[in-house]
Amino acid sequence: MRGRTGTTDEGLSPLARRTPDGPPPAPTVQRIRLRYTKRGRLRFTSHRDFQRAFERALRRSAVPMAYSAGFTPHPKVSYANAAPTGTGSEAEYLEIGLAEHRDPEALRRQLDESLPPGLDVTDAVEVATSNFVERLEASEWLLRLPGVEPAEAEKAAAVFLAAEAVEVQRMTKNGLRTFDARAAVAAMEIVPEGSALAGIGDDTATEGADDVRTGAPCAILRLVVRHATPAVRPDDVLSGLRSTADLAPPVPAEVTRLAQGPLDEQTGTVTDPLALDRAAAEVGR
Amino acid sequence: MTVESVFPRLEALLPHVQKPIQYVGGELNSTVKDWDACDVRWALMYPDAYEVGLPNQGTMILYEVLNEREGVLAERSYSVWPDLEALMREHGVPQFTVDAHRPIKAFDVFGLSFSTELGYTNMLTALDLAGIPLNAADRTTDDPVVLAGGHAAFNPEPIADFIDAAVIGDGEQAVLDITDIVRAWKAEGRPGGRDELLLRLAKTGGVYIPRFYDVEYLADGRIARVVPNRPGVPWRVSKHTVMDLDEWPYPKQPLVPLAETVHERMSVEIFRGCTRGCRFCQAGMITRPVRERSITGIGEMVERGLKATGFEEVGLLSLSSADHSEIADITKGLADRYAEDKVGLSLPSTRVDAFNIDLANELSRNGRRSGLTFAPEGGSERIRKVINKMVSEEDLINTVATAYGNGWRQVKLYFMCGLPTETDEDVLQIGEMAKNVIAKGREVTGTNDIRCTVSIGGFVPKPHTPFQWAPQLSAEATDERLTKLRDSIRGDRKFGKNIGFRYHDGKPGIIEGLLSRGDRRIGAVIRAVYEDGGRFDGWREHFSYDRWIASAEKGLAGTGVDVDWYTTRERSYEEVLPWDHLDSGLDKDWLWEDWQDALEEVEVEDCRWTPCFDCGVCPQMDTHIQVGPTGKKLLPLTVVDN
Repeated sequence: MRGRTGTTDEGLSPLARRTPDGPPPAPTVQRIRLRYTKRGRLRFTSHRDFQRAFERALRRSAVPMAYSAGFTPHPKVSYANAAPTGTGSEAEYLEIGLAEHRDPEALRRQLDESLPPGLDVTDAVEVATSNFVERLEASEWLLRLPGVEPAEAEKAAAVFLAAEAVEVQRMTKNGLRTFDARAAVAAMEIVPEGSALAGIGDDTATEGADDVRTGAPCAILRLVVRHATPAVRPDDVLSGLRSTADLAPPVPAEVTRLAQGPLDEQTGTVTDPLALDRAAAEVGR
Repeated sequence: MTVESVFPRLEALLPHVQKPIQYVGGELNSTVKDWDACDVRWALMYPDAYEVGLPNQGTMILYEVLNEREGVLAERSYSVWPDLEALMREHGVPQFTVDAHRPIKAFDVFGLSFSTELGYTNMLTALDLAGIPLNAADRTTDDPVVLAGGHAAFNPEPIADFIDAAVIGDGEQAVLDITDIVRAWKAEGRPGGRDELLLRLAKTGGVYIPRFYDVEYLADGRIARVVPNRPGVPWRVSKHTVMDLDEWPYPKQPLVPLAETVHERMSVEIFRGCTRGCRFCQAGMITRPVRERSITGIGEMVERGLKATGFEEVGLLSLSSADHSEIADITKGLADRYAEDKVGLSLPSTRVDAFNIDLANELSRNGRRSGLTFAPEGGSERIRKVINKMVSEEDLINTVATAYGNGWRQVKLYFMCGLPTETDEDVLQIGEMAKNVIAKGREVTGTNDIRCTVSIGGFVPKPHTPFQWAPQLSAEATDERLTKLRDSIRGDRKFGKNIGFRYHDGKPGIIEGLLSRGDRRIGAVIRAVYEDGGRFDGWREHFSYDRWIASAEKGLAGTGVDVDWYTTRERSYEEVLPWDHLDSGLDKDWLWEDWQDALEEVEVEDCRWTPCFDCGVCPQMDTHIQVGPTGKKLLPLTVVDN
């Protein structure tokens, strides 16, 4: 067991590689792209946690997966651009390789039932195009800021948008990094209370408990952020709002990714990254 | 009275802590029942981190057994890490269950399962966070009954101040019996308050209530006697034994966490108990007799469990899994059945002499052939006679030769250091054994690239074993002996580089020894450690030997006894041991004879295959050995509907 009391390990170098015997795994005959969510308390699921849960769901629902070769064959699953732990999402994407053909919608339903509520599979299309990850140009985020007056947030957003550049810092694996958070922001606006968007991401009051925030002011911020390097996260934009406009939410923001996909620069909106595959499927029919 | 979820308040803290997913619940196959529709409510805690506690079979079994009952509710709780503990204290969030995030204080029974004594400080953290007084004597009718179980509960005296009750042995039927008593008492309007409830439990003879016993000491610090202080309270409290495991096919729906945990597999307990008679092994002594689950019962549990979980590995658990009377048919049947599904099989505890290569081949058929692990426990033939681990070096060498011949190239060997009568020479033999293993491997495979890892744990004498009277080896002597062994391995030019060395330093073992064979006076030590910030003592980064020693000096001041008195002191036949009034079924005279046999290097057979040698358990507990073979086979496809 890792880290248990008082163990000292004087290890060995790994053994030379062997090759597995037996027939090679069945080939991939169909690939499916899936959109899934991380909602409510399951937004605290890390990406690794999700991977394990998803692969177990595949086994429980007996999806005919294609496997990689080797001693420990892995089901063929590739994940794109996962949202950070603690961030809710309505728009995560992954792709699976199947050893037998399946109807995408039936597969979606099957997987959705097999996953715990909150990790919901909301869309499925057969893969017909390449460069999917490149199509994920930007994300649309919704930030609930409990304890912040909407008018105050409105002012701060104006200051942020008027700035040429907004330098922020974040601790990364390679130490403290300084970068611009402004250029990546394609849109920023305050969503009025009562609009359709305002309800999203507020499903955190699980188990029938009352929302303790009821009655408190809450600004809702909608962001569209380009996927750049270094990545600019909603947290970085919040640091920028703090440094440029003194916006300091009293409690952590609740962040939800609403969409990711191609960015329409004209309207500042994010469009459906599965649209091309869907269109190809329509033609095929 | 509806109890509110603390989740909204907890949720605000989660963005600030490591691995928040471990606190949110929502595991596959978890259960949230309607609070108001239940009249007996259990909070079950495994007092260690979620990643260790969630896969615990005992907790999972009781959770399911209780929740299956109409009107009964069980929820789980685990220790929170210090980062969350600090925030919970700051924001007044109490210890909670992960199922519905209800506060622990609202439950009727707070059951804690102790696999190890190192969880005691975590219990105090949980009680304090829950707002439950640490001392059982200070609790009122509004507080839950704090109930300890698990192997460590076979000597609950060190935590006697903090618990209201302890149950020893199998919990399945016991929790249901306790539920009935709690239900009746509540339905009658709680007559006589907490005291009356505890008295009703005590009178069953199967629930130990420490407050109903007085401990009297001799002038030299030893115990004079332990006496019931209430009429109707039995002199000794019996362990619980479940017969016919096929009637208890739990867990049926094992929990599947989102967070990563230490065991990610579908575990099936293939038998309970062990009569191999290894003298150091508390588990083998206190879980007698052997009770096998049938091959068909195992097959049904595996089938149902895999469907319910999607796990990719099946663990066939027991104290010595290869000893199941039909283990060959079980492993072959399961490997055949799941050949297409890439399900791996594992046998966590296997003996060298019960192991054969057909078994190993079945186990590795659907998965990797990485390493084999055996536990000779002692390096020399002599010390293995002392501990009654009847494995010869020849057995071991023959087994590994076959293993290497069949494609394995790595063998892991477990040993103990500090066994009674042990000398440097016995320990140095560990290195010799590893060298012989590698030499044999090289000979069989024709390659020099052969590995052997020796893993060494410090021996801690445990209650209810023949070694309960033995002196524990001091931390310094343990470390010295291990250093000599390491030097002899590292100094070997021919084999040194192929031997891995994994060992525990002697200090944590001394604290474990203090808690294992401690009496009620140790409660003050545990409390002092907790108050000084001691938490997660099973974790290297949290355990502090110095804190324990300083707290022991403080806690034991004026008693005339100290840490050495509890650990390195040999006990005599006449001494009243702190756990003598807890009846594991083992006849104390038999244990003493077995201790004398150990000193004379006399071995004892396994009663499954030889006549009874009168350890006392079966007649005392009215139980009997249940072993196959049943002669049944696992069919390739069994459809189980339940």
